[in-house]
Amino acid sequence: MTYILKPKLHHPSLPKNDLGFTRRDYEGRVSTLCAGCGHDSISAAIIQSAWELGIAPHRLAKMSGIGCSSKTPDYFLGQSHGFNSVHGRMPSVLTGANLANRDLIYLGVSGDGDSASIGLGQFAHSIRRGVNMSYIVENNGVYGLTKGQFSATSDKGSKSKKGVENTESGIDLVALALQLGATYVGRSFSGDKDQLVPLIKGALSHHGPAFLDVISPCIAFNNHAGSTKSFDYVREHNEAVNRLDVIIGRTPITTAYAPGEVREVTQHDGSTLTLRKLHDDYDPTNKIAAANYLQERHAEGEIVTGLLYVDPEATDLHDRLGTTAKPLNQLTTADLTPGAAALAKINASLR
Amino acid sequence: MQDTDISRPDYFHKVVDCQWACPAHTPVPEYIRLIADRRYTEAYMVNWKSNVFPGILGRTCDRPCEPACRRGRVEEEPVAICRLKRVAADNKSDFASLLPKVAPKNGKKIACIGAGPASLTVARDLAPLGYEVHVYDGDKKAGGMIRSQIPRFRLPEEVIDEEVGYVTALGPVMHLSQRIDSMKALLAEGYDAIFVGTGAPRGRDLDLPGRREAAANIHIGIDWLSNVSFEHTNKIGKRVIVLGGGNTAMDCCRTARRLGGEDVKVIVRSGFEEMKASPWEKEDAIGEDIPILNYLVPKAFIHEGGKLTGMTFEKVRPEKDEKGRRNLVLTGEPDQHFACDDVLVAVGQENAFPWIERDIGMEFDTWAMPVVGQETMQSTIPNVFFGGDAAFGPKNIIWAVAHGHAAAVSIDMFLNGQNITVRPAPGVTVISQKMGIHEWSYDNDVANDARYKVPHREKAIALKDVKAEVELGFDQSLGFKEAQRCLNCDVQTVFSPKVCIECDACVDICPMDCITFTENAPEEELRTRLTAPAFNLAQDLYVANSLPTGRVMVKDEDVCLHCGLCAERCPTGAWDMQKYLIDITQAGPKCRTR
Repeated sequence: MTYILKPKLHHPSLPKNDLGFTRRDYEGRVSTLCAGCGHDSISAAIIQSAWELGIAPHRLAKMSGIGCSSKTPDYFLGQSHGFNSVHGRMPSVLTGANLANRDLIYLGVSGDGDSASIGLGQFAHSIRRGVNMSYIVENNGVYGLTKGQFSATSDKGSKSKKGVENTESGIDLVALALQLGATYVGRSFSGDKDQLVPLIKGALSHHGPAFLDVISPCIAFNNHAGSTKSFDYVREHNEAVNRLDVIIGRTPITTAYAPGEVREVTQHDGSTLTLRKLHDDYDPTNKIAAANYLQERHAEGEIVTGLLYVDPEATDLHDRLGTTAKPLNQLTTADLTPGAAALAKINASLR
Repeated sequence: MQDTDISRPDYFHKVVDCQWACPAHTPVPEYIRLIADRRYTEAYMVNWKSNVFPGILGRTCDRPCEPACRRGRVEEEPVAICRLKRVAADNKSDFASLLPKVAPKNGKKIACIGAGPASLTVARDLAPLGYEVHVYDGDKKAGGMIRSQIPRFRLPEEVIDEEVGYVTALGPVMHLSQRIDSMKALLAEGYDAIFVGTGAPRGRDLDLPGRREAAANIHIGIDWLSNVSFEHTNKIGKRVIVLGGGNTAMDCCRTARRLGGEDVKVIVRSGFEEMKASPWEKEDAIGEDIPILNYLVPKAFIHEGGKLTGMTFEKVRPEKDEKGRRNLVLTGEPDQHFACDDVLVAVGQENAFPWIERDIGMEFDTWAMPVVGQETMQSTIPNVFFGGDAAFGPKNIIWAVAHGHAAAVSIDMFLNGQNITVRPAPGVTVISQKMGIHEWSYDNDVANDARYKVPHREKAIALKDVKAEVELGFDQSLGFKEAQRCLNCDVQTVFSPKVCIECDACVDICPMDCITFTENAPEEELRTRLTAPAFNLAQDLYVANSLPTGRVMVKDEDVCLHCGLCAERCPTGAWDMQKYLIDITQAGPKCRTR
């Protein structure tokens, strides 16, 4: 953390988005995490994504549980709605909020402890139910707040800072999310914003359960030689399958990738995901192939990143339940008590 | 791009925009921090060493530092550097113990011609080293143009007496009321070196119809100001026209307002924007109900039987020719006539060396100016040096001081048998500011305050007395607040690529988007694809190679706030905040070490 606030002054050429906001307007309070924490980079990527998408801050709700990662919503989108829930219970709170008001954009921020240990069941069911949300796990493989014990996502065989080897299997949240029915699944790295920002933008504009596993080195407890979630290890073993641009009915923001074969995926709502292929045979719309590829590369010790799976025709919980399109707090007495005639009609239909 | 060589003193010196822009390279942030710390005496001494006349310059400097100030690029207005100098001067306590000790005489004699800022600087630098310095001036008091041309309402006489006094106390022999009439005779007196600091003493005249006939009411600006300063003149007509757009014109019109001028106007050939006067001086004149009329070229002095009644002017407008140069062309409108009782002509100053014989071996150029080395200040007679307005034409006090220092270095080196064309490098002191995990020994919290205005004396009172100082100066509390606006640009962001893990923490926290990690490229290309584009080519890019991923760290120095957040957020100490105190080498043993 720092003792001083980030100065209000900004670069004279700082651009504004369609709403007239600069990127700085999407910032939150100054971070209290350790210097160099990967989570701060993810916060910066979320700020960048929300600014680029031109999201009105009051149209977004950020939800989190407990842990270093779950503190971060304080550090971005300071003018948005937020809820810091009980440990591991963010998915339930988010589901409830989403059911009550489907007009908001829901961003769930969690960590490997919050989602893969105490909240594993909550995580699984929110994905399974198809809640329209962007679920980001800031995955550092350790319990940072309690000084560096292995978490459930630590790879078997990786070493703690003191040199102790992890003997338990690690949970691959991406594989789980795929299996559970997430319709937008990606993995990225806090140290690669060029990849991370478009993935977050894609998730925020996806209609359905979007899941992102973002490897985020813990500077204090998990950035050493035996770690599989250190800056050096991830950079050496990172295998990106594609590079993403997200175009949402606006002038495209060109990113700095070398040209490759381009594949465009147009989603149900008209937004376009432009994918630059880095692997010839990788098809991000083929779920089974994606699952296989993940397992293969994992066995080789590689970390597959990029947009791993997307279902362009995704639907969400509301579509399936046929709920009212209006947020519940906007329903009037007339909506809620349609009168005797309506009741009679319902009763008649059940006879 | 190659790695930036931060071991060159110039690299980080240039980042301290104010110090770099100051002709005397005064360490501005250093003294501003001392003011914020209420250590006024030390702040004064930092100035005194560098610019000799802090109290005088704190009221009158042309402030080349302020347009350069980084604050002006990140916010609206620069730090009021000049007026903070005055805060140090106003609030200092006794500093006799901090003054240089005068060394025993070394047997060498120096003559300084003129007792203005350039000569006094030479005397200040050389007298303590043991040189026997003789200062000659035609006026009966030392100070030169500081005393004769700057009106008292901008610079009280006590301030001049005090700061000139600190120099004369160092023991130079003052030959006042003693004008030097012959360089040839002076050369024969056997001085080891001679310094000419005689200024640009001749005001330009306007040879227009009516000039000779109406001469009684047409005055040359600087001569008139000098007469007011020495109290030979104490009144002027009610209606006054001041010709000219420089700072002398501003001094003339404001002085005229105080000597009985009620309808005083300034009339300039150029446009208002192109006037040479400093913006704040124009502002002060306008504030005293003096209109400035532009695009009017003087045509004739109108008189009735030798009594001046007015002036006529031709109207012009600016027009660009094929080469893009701006010319003033006649509009063809009828001439304009302005009635007046007196005219002050302040259309420029000229050098004049009638006292230097042309057969003594000194080379003059086609404009009758002596040929003088740009850095050495040396004329074509090896032991004769020039400085101030006498060297390269009219400039200002701070340039005169800078010339004085350079000439003193040259004289000291020359008389010690050194090659004066190899100039001494500045001294650089590097001090890390780190005191704890996020504690720094400078105040890194950037103040959001806008520039504070210097309080002025009430106009009605100020206009009644030519000696009543208009500016009251910042008090200690305002001085503190203004000092806090300084960004501490001398506390440098120093990067060590060897320990960087490229975690992006510095990129994320930087409020000004100065830092980028990217693939290397030529400078032109790099400048376009940084976190924020770097289009200010006057400001350098700080580049470091040899990072783990093979990328480069690029920092655009342009709008860095020196807030140290990059260093606070850096987990490995790859960024450090280090104070680079750059001390320009003055005459003395340090300049002779080569």
